[in-house]
Amino acid sequence: MTDAIFFYAFALLAVGGGVLMITRRSAVHSAIWLIVSLLGVAGLYLLQKAEFLFAVQIVLYIGGIMVLFLFVIMLVNLDEASRQRQFNRQWWIALAALAAVGVEIVYFLKAGGSAFRLSPPEAEAGAAGPGNTEQIADVLFSEYLLPFEVASLLLLVAIVGSVLMAKKRV
Amino acid sequence: MLYPITTIHYLVLSAALLLIGTLGVLARRNIVIILMSIELILNAVNVNLIAFSHHFGKVHGQIFAIFVITIAVAEAAVGLGILIALFRNKETVQADEIDLLKW
Repeated sequence: MTDAIFFYAFALLAVGGGVLMITRRSAVHSAIWLIVSLLGVAGLYLLQKAEFLFAVQIVLYIGGIMVLFLFVIMLVNLDEASRQRQFNRQWWIALAALAAVGVEIVYFLKAGGSAFRLSPPEAEAGAAGPGNTEQIADVLFSEYLLPFEVASLLLLVAIVGSVLMAKKRV
Repeated sequence: MLYPITTIHYLVLSAALLLIGTLGVLARRNIVIILMSIELILNAVNVNLIAFSHHFGKVHGQIFAIFVITIAVAEAAVGLGILIALFRNKETVQADEIDLLKW
């Protein structure tokens, strides 16, 4: 029962934050609502026993990416933009198309839920096993070692690229 | 239907977040908010991955979520760099005013 209460609370945070994020006029308000939404998602990770990702979500997303976003919002002058029209002219087409896609997804989830034997979840691993972070480290540094190294290369390219892009003269 | 929380609930929530993010990308004019909507879409993907990781009792889904977060960081950094360069040259952050390649 507590599980369900927490799930709906975090889901409300995530979805409500998202809706407010795309409707606010000011970019700073949008960023703050996105932080609320990300916190809700972090809570969902915790509910699903992904403690490491919960920490990563808060430290990296909210502490890293969102601060970067706020930094750029302060750097770029958005006063002019916040006084103009916020949605482009095709917004109702986008809304109609997304409503259709949403109905389809929910229909297929309802129809296919039993076909894929998605419920109930499999039995939980016993509490005696290694913790979540330890399991992730085990798998990440053995099976996924090459993708891990490639990710570091990608980050290096992104760092160099973004510095190059934001520099005044190269 | 509402009370025992199953994987389906997480999938529906993830679909909702994905649709909200897509609407933000398609309908907003401000590029900063478009970039933030992309972050929301990537978060919806992560919710899906974690839900299946929990469902099957394996951590591989969480590894994929870590890689998705890595990509999201790289994308945000490069996107914001482009935004700064764009603002320096065009003095605008509205997506439909950037039409240099249109004729």
